[in-house]
Formats: sequence, C-alpha cells, structure tokens
Amino acid sequence: MNWKVLSIKSIRFFKVGRILKDKLHSSWMFVSFIIVLLLPFLLGIGLFLKSNLIIKEESLLQLLFSSQWHPMKGEFGFLPFIISSLWVTVLSILICGPICLFSAIHLTHYAKRGMLKIMHPVIDILAGIPSVIYGVWGIILIVPFISRLGASLGHPNSGYTILTGAIVLSVMIIPFILNILIEVINTVPQELEEASLSLGATKWETIKKVILKKSFPGIISAFGLGISRAFGETIAVLMVVGNVVKIPKGVFQPGYPLPSLIANNYGEMLSIPMYDSALMFAALILFVVVTAFNIGSRYLIIYSERRI
Amino acid sequence: MKRKVLQKTEEIFTRFLMVFSTSIIVSALLLIIVSILYKGLPSLSWEMITQIPKGGYYFGKEGGILNAIVGSLYLATGSTILGLIISLPLALYINIHKAKNSKLVNFIRFLLDILWGIPSIVYGAFGFTVMIYFGMRTSLLAGIITVTLFIIPIMVRSMDEVMKTVPKGLLESALSLGSTRSETAYKVVFRQSIPGIVTAVLLAFGRGIGDAAAVLFTAGYTDYIPNALNQPAATLPLAIFFQLSSPIPEVQNRAYAAAVVLTIIILIISVSSRIVSNKFKQRRIK
Repeated sequence: MNWKVLSIKSIRFFKVGRILKDKLHSSWMFVSFIIVLLLPFLLGIGLFLKSNLIIKEESLLQLLFSSQWHPMKGEFGFLPFIISSLWVTVLSILICGPICLFSAIHLTHYAKRGMLKIMHPVIDILAGIPSVIYGVWGIILIVPFISRLGASLGHPNSGYTILTGAIVLSVMIIPFILNILIEVINTVPQELEEASLSLGATKWETIKKVILKKSFPGIISAFGLGISRAFGETIAVLMVVGNVVKIPKGVFQPGYPLPSLIANNYGEMLSIPMYDSALMFAALILFVVVTAFNIGSRYLIIYSERRI
Repeated sequence: MKRKVLQKTEEIFTRFLMVFSTSIIVSALLLIIVSILYKGLPSLSWEMITQIPKGGYYFGKEGGILNAIVGSLYLATGSTILGLIISLPLALYINIHKAKNSKLVNFIRFLLDILWGIPSIVYGAFGFTVMIYFGMRTSLLAGIITVTLFIIPIMVRSMDEVMKTVPKGLLESALSLGSTRSETAYKVVFRQSIPGIVTAVLLAFGRGIGDAAAVLFTAGYTDYIPNALNQPAATLPLAIFFQLSSPIPEVQNRAYAAAVVLTIIILIISVSSRIVSNKFKQRRIK
C-alpha cells in the first residue's frame, strides 16, 4: 500500500520534473529570442546616444559635407572619409561584379561535377580567411604591383592607394557575392529553361534572355549585399589604403575610408574632447548605410522569390 | 547564316569569360596561400610559437607570439561557448515552438540576416561604448562579449538552415508520443541537426579567431598570457597588424610568420568542419 503511494508520488514528481524542465528550457529560449530581437535596436540607440553630442554641437550637414578634419581644433568634417569609402566600395564592386556573375553562370550551368567539388571548398576557404590575412597578402603582392603599374602609367605612387584597397576588397567579397548569386540563379525554375531550349534557343540565349532576366532582382540584391559588406570592411583595407586625410581625386591616390578612421584612432579618442563622439558618429554612419543596403537587398530577394 | 555565326562567337566568347572568371577565383586563393607561406615560412620557428615576447621583442630581439595565439584561442573558445548558449535555444525556438507562426519566424530570419551584415567594427564600437558606460577596462571578458554579439547571427542562421530540413513527421511523432517540446527539441531535432551545429560552431570559431576590428577596442593588447577574465588579451590578427606596421624588417618578418600560423589554424578549421559534417551526415534519418 505504502509502496504504491510512493511510486505514484514518484511518477508525479517525475512528471512535474519534466514539465518544469520544459518550462525552464522554453523560458531560456524566450530570453535568447528577446536578446537577439533587441540587439539591432540596442546597437542603433547606443551609437546614436554617443554620437548625439557632436550632432548637437555641429549641424548634420556640416558633419557630412565639410572636409575640414582637425580634431584638435574641434573641426570634424567627414567628407574625405565618406568619399574614400565610396571610391573603394564602388571600385571593388566594379572589379568583382563581372567576375562573380560569369563564374556563377559557369558553376550553375556549365561546370561539371568535378569542377564543383573543387570550387565548393575554394569558396568556403576564401570566405573563411580572416581579413588581416587579406591585408598581409595585399601588402606582399598588390602594393608592389600597383606601385609599378602606377609608375608605368605616369602616376607614381607608393602602392598604398584606393585601387590597392579596392582590389584586396574585391577578392574578399567574391565568396560572399558568389554564394548568393549561385543561390539566386538556382531558384529559377527548370521548366522555364527547358521551355526556352525546346523552342530552339541556344544555351547562351536561354541564359541571357530567360535565366538572367528572371533572376535580375536577385543579382542586383547580391551586389547590394556585397556593397554593404565592402563598405564596412576594416582591417584589410586599413592596411593597404594609405590613410591620408584628403579627398582622393584618382584611383592612384591614397584614401582614408570610414572604418579605417575608427580603427586607427580609437587609442587617442578619449584624450581629445568630442573625438570619441565623432568616431561613434562614423560608426553610426556605417551602421545606417550598411543596414539600409542590407534591408533593401534582402527585401528585393524576398520579393523576387515570391514572384517566381 | 550571319546571325548564327554571331551567336556562335558570342557563346564561345562568354564561355571563355566564364572559365576565365572561375580560374581567377581559384588562382586568387592559391596566390594568397602561396604568398603568405613564401613570405612567412622562412621566419617561422619553434620559439616563435612557444614563447611570449621578451624584452626588446619589438626591436627584433627574442621572443614569440604565444601570448597572441593563446589569447585568440581563449577569446574564440569563450565567445563560441557563450554564443552557443544563446544561439542553439534560439534556433530550436524558431523551428519548434514558433514553427507555426511563419510570419514571426521570417521576421527573425530577416533580422538575423541584417545583423549578420553589420560590420564587426560597428560591434566593436558598440562594445566599447557599453564598456565605458559600465566603467570596465579593456579585457578578455569585454572581447568575448563583443565577439559573441557578432557571431550569434552567424551561428543561428547556419543552424537554422539545417533545422529547417528536419522532416516534419519526425517532430510530430515525437510530440505525439508524449514528449514535451523541449524534449523534442533537444533529443530529436538537436540530434538530427548535429552536422549543421558542428559546422556553425566551427564557422563561428573561425570568425572569432580571425576578427580584428571588434577586439581592437575591447580586448586590448598585452605581452602576457591572460589568466583571468578581467585582464586584457592579445589576439593573433592584432599581433600581425601591429608587427607589420613596425619599420624594423625582423619584426615585419615575424608578422608574416604569425600570418602563416593564423592561416594554418583557419585551414585546419575549414577542413575539419568538412570532415566532421560529412561523418555525421551519414547517421541522419531522412
């Protein structure tokens, strides 16, 4: 009798234990869900509060469009950095865009199995290499190359230029863009391709007029995501781009992109008034631009997938 | 007829461009690895990876980069564990608890993709402001927390990609046998998606070890191996970066050697993630 009661009790206890465990697990899951949900807003608010000081002091327009950068005198004009960032980003996309597009078509429609077996690890490893390694590579190989190229073209330079940064950056974002492009091109339904081929179009015509046309929004958004990745890249660019505060006027001149500004000056930012606020403002610009590009591109992908 | 010829030449030309582009990508990887090894191997020595910097190290005297190697491993391990504690429950949560609420799940995926895209220097700057706000100094802990923040989206999204493919029937049969949702999560879905989780962990570990911008502000730099969470820690990428900006050739050569060490660690991670995930894949229920 007693034994029976005990066993029922223990069963009940066991049951309660299981439910309790479920409750505990579920609530921890919920907590982690909330953390991630809040993270982007915390990021934005934190950076905004910190850079609010300087926005109050000087007008937003002056910060963004003045090229006077004298932290000691309290003059903060971000134009040289913004222009440098734009140069490097746009150039790198121009360099790697066509390469990625052609290679993505190759890998999705022409390559044999063996080729794909090689290319998957290649893309993975390229994506995994840390940016500082890209920077070292840039210093070893690209800097001397650009220096010689510039000299032979009549633009003598040290090799640490906008173009160097763009080349290093373009190799860095290749795996990123390529992966998205392959995914995007693969979402085009096979039937469309077959229909086009059965109507007598050649393979290239099919690709050009059916597949590329159908996946056009996806391709644009892949480049958009690439731009946002390139815009925020720090160490690799910092190592090869020259870091001179001046509005660059050509690809063979040194530049000073926004991420490099933040990374280079974090050491002294607490010793000069308003400097930390200015650097946080730079981080805020990065955050806003990158997030805007990301949201736009992701939305375009979702939209185009829905249409197919 | 003429049109045919034109078409043919266009096709041949573009096929040439395609092969050319793909070979550029392959050769870029080869160039990176070969040039790093070529520059770095001559100055890589046993004492470099087993000693911490000694007096005058930054003027070309004796010592090694053990402080940076250990610091990086601490940092990456700590943030991977911390990241796993948050990411795994979240990935399970959106795939089991909220599986029916597809709008919410899609929103979370969208949000994670956005978070993934935010550059690590922004996380670093954010980590720094929070650190200053709480009156903390640069330390291993601050570094770990900052790196955790930016590897969470990477981990959740890559686990999520695998958990999505777990058959619905499996989930339903587990629930219908009377298991609670968290039991289903950890005993069925978790086991099914181990290959994806292992890949996610290794991916995050690689990111943690290779990132420089986020730890630049938060982890600091030191010549000693940290033995507590509140001490600053050196990291391998920063060791490379600082030594390379020195004007002394011996110190620069050591930076190249350190780059070899980092590259080898990354290659090991990449290869092992491939092997491990292939091994686990064979045991999955389809």
